[in-house]
Amino acid sequence: MNMETSIPASVIPSPVVRDGAGLRKRVRRTFRQIRGEGAFRSLLLIAGGLLVVLVLGILLTLITQSLPSIRLLGLKFIWGSTWNPVRNVYGAWPFLLGTLLTSFLALLISIPFSVAIAIFLGEYYPSSWFAGALKNAVELIAAVPSVIYGFWGLAVLVPMVRQLEARFGMEQPLGVGIFSASLILSIMIIPYAASLGRSMIQMVPGHLKEAAYGLGATHWEVIRHVVIPYTRSGLFAGILLSLGRALGETMAVTMVIGNTSILPKSIFSPGNTMASVIANEFTEADKTVYLSALIELGLALFLVTVIINIAGKKIIDRVTNE
Amino acid sequence: MVTVKGAWLMVSVGILSLLSCGDKSRYIIGAGSSFDNPLFSKMFYSYFRARGVKVNYQSIGSGGGISQLINRTIDFGASDVPMNEEQDSLSPGDVLHVPITVSAVVLSYNLPELKDTLRLSPQVLASLFLGRITRWNDTAIAALNPGVPLPDLPVVIAHRSDGSGTTNIFTGYLSRVSKEWDGRVGRGSSVNWPAGLGGKGNEGVAGLIRQTHGAIGYIELAFAMQNKMSFGKIRNRAGRFITPSIASIGAAADIAMPADGKASLADTGAPDGYPISSFSWVLIYKEQGYRRHPRENAAQLLQLLDWMIHDGQQYSSALYYAPLSPAAVSAGDALLQSVTYEGGSILTQKNL
Repeated sequence: MNMETSIPASVIPSPVVRDGAGLRKRVRRTFRQIRGEGAFRSLLLIAGGLLVVLVLGILLTLITQSLPSIRLLGLKFIWGSTWNPVRNVYGAWPFLLGTLLTSFLALLISIPFSVAIAIFLGEYYPSSWFAGALKNAVELIAAVPSVIYGFWGLAVLVPMVRQLEARFGMEQPLGVGIFSASLILSIMIIPYAASLGRSMIQMVPGHLKEAAYGLGATHWEVIRHVVIPYTRSGLFAGILLSLGRALGETMAVTMVIGNTSILPKSIFSPGNTMASVIANEFTEADKTVYLSALIELGLALFLVTVIINIAGKKIIDRVTNE
Repeated sequence: MVTVKGAWLMVSVGILSLLSCGDKSRYIIGAGSSFDNPLFSKMFYSYFRARGVKVNYQSIGSGGGISQLINRTIDFGASDVPMNEEQDSLSPGDVLHVPITVSAVVLSYNLPELKDTLRLSPQVLASLFLGRITRWNDTAIAALNPGVPLPDLPVVIAHRSDGSGTTNIFTGYLSRVSKEWDGRVGRGSSVNWPAGLGGKGNEGVAGLIRQTHGAIGYIELAFAMQNKMSFGKIRNRAGRFITPSIASIGAAADIAMPADGKASLADTGAPDGYPISSFSWVLIYKEQGYRRHPRENAAQLLQLLDWMIHDGQQYSSALYYAPLSPAAVSAGDALLQSVTYEGGSILTQKNL
């Protein structure tokens, strides 16, 4: 790509500056400044490279540390549905299922809200006192520590879900379970999709929208046929970010999911997630294989995240190429 | 550039001052059981006022304490459970288990319609936690509670979701009294629960019990007392229904001590003893002369432990721990006197 033509001439920094008296003065580039350029570039390279090394290092550590468990259990680790530290039998299926169920259910619940907030803030009222309040509230949702969501969930949400379950005629309404965990998660992940969606929608070129209005389109039609198609990849990337957050959330989930390794029968059953099991059992894992199985659980979570991210990127590529 | 250099200077001064805090000779470092923490905090505060020696105790859980002891990053560990075979084999030296206090696990429940205290037998308890008894008006429970109107309500089991010494004590008891439990579930810091919900920590289990009508779960005695929770009477081996209290767990712990101090109190034979009691131990190396561990440190550690099993016991009752029995104290004395530094004895009667 040719940088010279794509950037207007006015953006290229001119070596001509004005001194205090307003006189034009030609500045000579010293050797130090030129060397500084190279140093800055290598700083960027090191920062970026370190991140890649770090991720690979984490993957490598997870693999080597989970070797004892992989050797003992093999593929049974993924499909086995018994998690029994006493007998050294570790099957992660209930937790894998719990993680996927809570995350996707949370995503399903949160999408209407996050897209609505994004459109409202990006298109309808980009600047009013209410929009400001809403924007701050969304940002605040992201800033609240997850343990506070957990407490709130246990004290407020769980009793409400319990009443709902009782109204459905369930014999033993528990309140805690996969549904409550998904509800909490859906609130926690709204800001990610909403903020990214909002900035994407604000970046839709004005002339596109004006052209549509000029053709007699209504506000809804402009959103439906101009804004959404234009921002599709951005909205989807935001949703993917939300999903990543939901997959790894630990504390709030642990407090409301019921923490049982029995396979869930419905979305109202108690369950458990991979992150929650690791957080709960890591400190007291008193056997080598047990510890290793927990680390393998971390490896599985890592891989699930990677797979979902790659799949998401593929989908983004497809929708943007259409 | 000056400001950058200034910032670096400040950072390095900060790091240096952090490092210099670790003046090892005046501190004793311990870690482990979170159950012991309230008692230890009180003991160590009093010890500092009496002897001027600071103890830094981190309540990271029994398992964490044991692994830090194995890595030799602490002077002593504390655990509600004796070390297992694998931990023994990993340990670089012999570890002594010095009994330090007595704890109990109680069965707390949420049945507000019950006027009397619920009575449970070991078999009924095992059946409840195996998911075999699913309703409160089950004939097995009714037989133990004659004249008590039991509600027609499903039983909800609440257990710990995090690995814990409390779970180990409770499952150890169930394994002792029920063959089926031993065969199907067994004993451990976290087990494969056949039924119920998990809560994180005592507060998590207590929260589940409080919120769920018809719930029953196990929590530590001290936590239940402090939070005024109702708990059941358990039938002991002598056939009596015992209310957990400092007196009844003290009675359970008043037994002939084995020389290694690792006595199990589960299903005690003491007629007035509460059957789900357990010792808590402080773990130290028998040979204190390991790398970078000065002799003064070892002597200070032994003086501290000696104080804890004698003078320190006075703080137990107020915090809902049972004081050690004379037999347990003398077993602890013998263990402390067997500690060596490079082969030679450290603790003799004259330097106490």
